[in-house]
Amino acid sequence: MFLGYAAGVGKTYRMLEEAQRLKRQGEDIVVGYFEPHGRKDTIARTAGLEMMATKTINYRGVALQEMDTGAVLVRRPAICIVDELAHTNVPGSGRQKRWEDVQVLLDAGINVMSNMNIQHLESLNDHVFDITGVRVRETVPDWLIKSAAEIVMVDATTEALLNRLKRGVIYAPETAQRAIENFFRESTLVALRELALRETAHELDVRGTTDTTEEPTGVSSSSRAVEKGTRDRILIYVSADPSSAILIRRGRRMADYLCADCFAVGVVPYRNNRLTGRADAIETHLKFARNLHIETRILQGEDPSEMIVQFARSNQVTQILLSRPKHRSWGVLMGTDLILRIVREAKDIRVIIVAEHRRLHHPSAVRGS
Amino acid sequence: MPKASSSRLTPEQLLAQIEFEERRARRGRLKVFLGYASGVGKSFQMLDEGRRRRQRGEDVVVCALQPEYPEQVEAILQKLEMIPTLKIAELESIDVQAVIGRHPQVALIDGLAYENPPGTANAYRWQDVSQLLDEGISVVTTVNLQYLEKLQEEVERITGNRVSCTIPSGFLDRTADEIVVVDASPRDLWCEPTAESPTSALVEAHKLSRLRELALLVAASVVDRQLESYLRSHGLDQSSGVQERILVCVSPRSDAARMLESGRRNADRFQGEFHVVHVQEHALSQPEQETLDKNLKYARELGAQIEILGGFDNTEAILHFAKRVGITQIFVGHSTRHGLRTRIWGSLVDQLVRAAEGIDVVVYPQ
Repeated sequence: MFLGYAAGVGKTYRMLEEAQRLKRQGEDIVVGYFEPHGRKDTIARTAGLEMMATKTINYRGVALQEMDTGAVLVRRPAICIVDELAHTNVPGSGRQKRWEDVQVLLDAGINVMSNMNIQHLESLNDHVFDITGVRVRETVPDWLIKSAAEIVMVDATTEALLNRLKRGVIYAPETAQRAIENFFRESTLVALRELALRETAHELDVRGTTDTTEEPTGVSSSSRAVEKGTRDRILIYVSADPSSAILIRRGRRMADYLCADCFAVGVVPYRNNRLTGRADAIETHLKFARNLHIETRILQGEDPSEMIVQFARSNQVTQILLSRPKHRSWGVLMGTDLILRIVREAKDIRVIIVAEHRRLHHPSAVRGS
Repeated sequence: MPKASSSRLTPEQLLAQIEFEERRARRGRLKVFLGYASGVGKSFQMLDEGRRRRQRGEDVVVCALQPEYPEQVEAILQKLEMIPTLKIAELESIDVQAVIGRHPQVALIDGLAYENPPGTANAYRWQDVSQLLDEGISVVTTVNLQYLEKLQEEVERITGNRVSCTIPSGFLDRTADEIVVVDASPRDLWCEPTAESPTSALVEAHKLSRLRELALLVAASVVDRQLESYLRSHGLDQSSGVQERILVCVSPRSDAARMLESGRRNADRFQGEFHVVHVQEHALSQPEQETLDKNLKYARELGAQIEILGGFDNTEAILHFAKRVGITQIFVGHSTRHGLRTRIWGSLVDQLVRAAEGIDVVVYPQ
């Protein structure tokens, strides 16, 4: 998986370069899908590679191209190149998302090289929205990235990227102007770049801890000693409120970073005839959690705080994640408020009240290092 | 999204910006390709960039090369002009005078960390580069992580080795305009590291993976500083930062050992900063003072950046600090005992949760 932070950093270029190298080494490699975007330098990199024919799908009178997954399966190469993993397929393509096609190839024993940008990672969706102001619709579930055998960061400086954009290498001029006003603002790009660098480092860190069962002596970091013998178990309290989606994504991320188990739990009252809307909303959230490979549970009861704490106790949960209440719904008396009741009843369990927006206050003073 | 607190810059900011721009205008620009090992493809990326720039009409010249290259790289070299190096007793150095005489727009210099042979005007290659930049020639160069002076200790912790010849911390911090990390899977290194046994191969792979992580994090922190200075120079003081900054609040009333360890761990796992604060109180009893000292001592041992805050209002002091430093997670203890303390702690939690917009509040049982 080649990971980048914006269009034009050189993911496809780098991936094709790699393909050329593997081909020279005698590997049976084909290009299952390639998106040229009219970039001359990138197109030149496909020279000599076997390009699979794409599938043409007519959608509302427009002929669109998708990867012909069936044809790749028949051809059965050792390695298949698939550009733009996060792409959403045209209706009528068989599968909704390109990453689902990639899963099919992997299941058939075909190795895949693909690429995506950091903003397409599902659990970072809210964070990316806070940085860019753009809600990214095409997302890839985190577990897919976790299961990748290799992750390589394709870096470029933001200066180089903005130059490429201005030279018209990345987009046509009118699109480029729009891009500069949205995603391609310098501060946005810098933040996304940092996010991608940290994410790749994190992925390496996770692989370093899980790959080698016995860590070679002398290379363990001080942090690893502290965490020994503690495996965290995180409970995400899912309500009907839309903020639950944010909480689920954060919970997923936290669980990944802390190598923790993770549950999403909703509480529905016994008699919920009048409240079916709420139960439906909870179920939708839990379904979303399951898509991110989080175990889910529905509890029946009248008192959410009691139910949650009880469940947490009997399942050895170490951290409970709650949404930060909105000002309007915030009870003045602390005793009546869900959070404080859970805090009080949870006793030995950590309670984390998660900020909805990570619109951070950046340091204005110089910090000592 | 960042918001402008005011569109006007302070005189200091304006001055800093002007000085920065003047320096940029006079000097050549320095771009560095940073790798975590030899064979990750730094030279290729640098020379390929040289090739593309030349295609676009820039005057690009190669001034220093490594002794050997894979065939892909040789192909690019064919397309580039070269200024031969000087050779003294089999050792090479850049022909600085010839480069200055030729005065290209861009000089490609592979291997920034080289030591020049005795008798050369500059002892180190980075000094040659500095001289070229002063002459207004832009330089694109490559360097391996282990040659950066400030990373010596961390690299040694990972590899057990220390290189003798390093580039001083100040040089890159002050002069590099752009740093790009060249990442590659250790399996795809161009020159395969030779291992004597499967076990040592595993150890090598692990070391490489740690070095790789370090390179990415170093680049991330450079980028973080770049973001900060960008925001400051544009009069912006708020942003969606990326780096996690963890704050643990300790009190004189309970042993914070577990909370501190947990904060340290979060900071490590999220590759973030670790801060500890205490809001000063008067008239502490002897046991309270001891607990506090113990907490702060342990915080120091765990490598926290510690600050003692003044002020009557705990919440306000903590939040003020948190916003100034850009904290993303606040850890605060809550007593499991009943009575007055619970109510006081309850209200601190309550106030923090209300006021700490954009910050996670971690309520830690004590």
